[in-house]
Amino acid sequence: MTLKTILMAGALSLAGAAASASCAFENTVPLKSLTAGFEAWKAATDAMAECGNFSASLDQEFKEKQPEAFAANPALYQIGGVANETLIPLLNAGTIRPLDDLVAKYGENLTPNQLIKIDGEIMAIAMMVNAQHLMYRQDILADLGIEEPKTYADVLAAAEKIKAAGVVDYPLGGTFKTGWNLAQEFVNMYLGEGGNFVDADNNPTINTPEGIKALETLKAMTAYMDPEYLVSDSTYVQQQFQQGKIAMANLWASRAAAMEDAAESQVVGKVKMASAPMGAAAPATSLWWDGVVLAANMSDEQAEAAFKVVMEGMDTEMVQANNDAAVWLVPGYEAGPLAAGAAASAANGARPYPASTALGILHSALGNGLSAYLTGAKDAETTLADIEANYITAAKEAGLLE
Amino acid sequence: MNFRTFAAFVGPSVFMMLLFIAFPLISVFVQSFYVTQTVYEVVEVETCTPGFLTQTCTTEKTSVPVVGEDGHVLTTTEFVGLQSYANVLELGRAWDALKSGSWSAFQTIDFWKALRFTLTFTLITLPLNIGLGLGIALMINNAAKAARGPVIFISLLPFIITPVIGALSINWLFRGDGILTAAMEWYSGRDIAMFAQAWTIELLMMLYRVWHVAPFAAIVLYAGLQTVNSDSLESAVIDGASRWQRLRYIVIPHLMPLIIFVSMIHLMDAYRVFEEVVGFSSQGHVISLQWLTYDFLVPDQAGNRSISRASASAMLTMIGITLLLIAPLRRTWRDHKGGH
Repeated sequence: MTLKTILMAGALSLAGAAASASCAFENTVPLKSLTAGFEAWKAATDAMAECGNFSASLDQEFKEKQPEAFAANPALYQIGGVANETLIPLLNAGTIRPLDDLVAKYGENLTPNQLIKIDGEIMAIAMMVNAQHLMYRQDILADLGIEEPKTYADVLAAAEKIKAAGVVDYPLGGTFKTGWNLAQEFVNMYLGEGGNFVDADNNPTINTPEGIKALETLKAMTAYMDPEYLVSDSTYVQQQFQQGKIAMANLWASRAAAMEDAAESQVVGKVKMASAPMGAAAPATSLWWDGVVLAANMSDEQAEAAFKVVMEGMDTEMVQANNDAAVWLVPGYEAGPLAAGAAASAANGARPYPASTALGILHSALGNGLSAYLTGAKDAETTLADIEANYITAAKEAGLLE
Repeated sequence: MNFRTFAAFVGPSVFMMLLFIAFPLISVFVQSFYVTQTVYEVVEVETCTPGFLTQTCTTEKTSVPVVGEDGHVLTTTEFVGLQSYANVLELGRAWDALKSGSWSAFQTIDFWKALRFTLTFTLITLPLNIGLGLGIALMINNAAKAARGPVIFISLLPFIITPVIGALSINWLFRGDGILTAAMEWYSGRDIAMFAQAWTIELLMMLYRVWHVAPFAAIVLYAGLQTVNSDSLESAVIDGASRWQRLRYIVIPHLMPLIIFVSMIHLMDAYRVFEEVVGFSSQGHVISLQWLTYDFLVPDQAGNRSISRASASAMLTMIGITLLLIAPLRRTWRDHKGGH
């Protein structure tokens, strides 16, 4: 193989990409995007790339890079992928632009549900929703005569039966990795109990009976989990499911498709999606959205080109090609059995993740403080009091609290 | 050498040291006494987010930062004295815990928990590192001439591996049903989870550190072994000294300055233990002082970094290293003076 052949092959593949591009227009403005790195973003940014002159960074550390990259002038990325929580730092810093004019001009295919409005202005375009919900092995539960668990009491009772039957290594899986994941589990549980995180003056309000209940449920679950739960993240739990090591978990809807991936999964067709188990007030989960923002620090024509590219990336065609990669909000999406869990959770009244500056600080404090309770170093009340104290120190340092 | 020549030689490196070491240190020192805060105002905001089928809009009072006329968020910086140090040390809580005699309550405070681990880690790995290093050095020294090159190369390998990569590979050997955990389970017939409790993680971290740094000690001590006076060794043999006695009374005293040197380097390095915490994701069970500083610097979910507490924690780490180094430094100083 000579250099010439390689160059030819390269040129051909480039030409091929250009020819197969299903983008409605040819983009001439160089554009870059920084988003999270899961399957749905891969699908969306691949579709955007078809317009040409576009390069995507799919990065697990995107939330640490985005605030600085968007604060630069001109911004280092024109297009950003955000969720409820990661929108807040950008919104606070004023580094993203309102999209009303662009939506009026090019957004004819968007549904009102996709428009994230802050104080009347459209600040982001959502493409999908995500939530943690119950996934369970219907073959195992049916064999043991267990009904679909509706509450955490049911989940624990089912786990006890599965443990007694000894059909899997661990009855439960959980995204309990210290840090963001574990804090998110608490947030879900606490929302399910009907708790509120901060009061109107940003003082923490988690050291409550609801908070203690949430902690106790989490701890009760750990008895049925892999003892190394403090290092297990979503991918680890997904793999445990795929390898048939666990029977139930409250896992992200965006991981559902992986259960049906015959190349990786040994449990194809055996995992059923159901509503997140109920807490005292609501399903123990929170609704998230993922979507796109545009940087403020760029010219109007760049913004126009960026918006048009984004619309191409989030169109019906892309969704039809990647129907099961996410629970899309884009027209043309057909909710299949994999979306049933997220849909049922929403129908049961799941609350959205109440993103705010205060909860951002509290989420980090929770991530650092919760493991002390699960390992038995502290009792529930001390744990919550210490997390509140940590939150207060951090919030004071940030200027949020006097 | 006259002063001009001396200054011309030393000048550039003094300048570099001031620029890259002294000034950043001073900057961190100063920052630990100040706090920069964002100015927030409370406003009523209507937020609309996607629901499952229809949108949910909520109107509530939230705190949002004030953006100034130049488009940047307004901040204020004020002098807070030792407040950040107090926030890191949490002396009040620590004292209460100690007064009530509860070690476990004391160990729930981040700084003291981190200090406990950092000190244990440093002081346990120190003798192991020296011992293993000396062992490897003696082994190389006693190896046949032809085998020495390959033996040195192989024993240096762990030192060449990037620390985080090394820690991750050990992690994967033991994580879940990793190869070595599976082997231990097969051997003992019990279910073993190495990452489920603090002490096994600590053990792995220490083993990893010793494995990683012992080659450095070995290579330094091996160099020292080349200069041991062979006359004294021969006379010791004639006097009937055993192998152990020769090591104890001739070789080790000769190597002492090098052992002190290796110990000092090890104390400084081990007190800043960090890669192990990251590589073994041990933060749920075990944290170190350096990791604490890092954690303050990582932005929280709202994008705030605790610069002041991180600076204070960094200063405290430096003070800790200095305290640890006093003993070996004094010894070196005494030897130095005695030698002249």
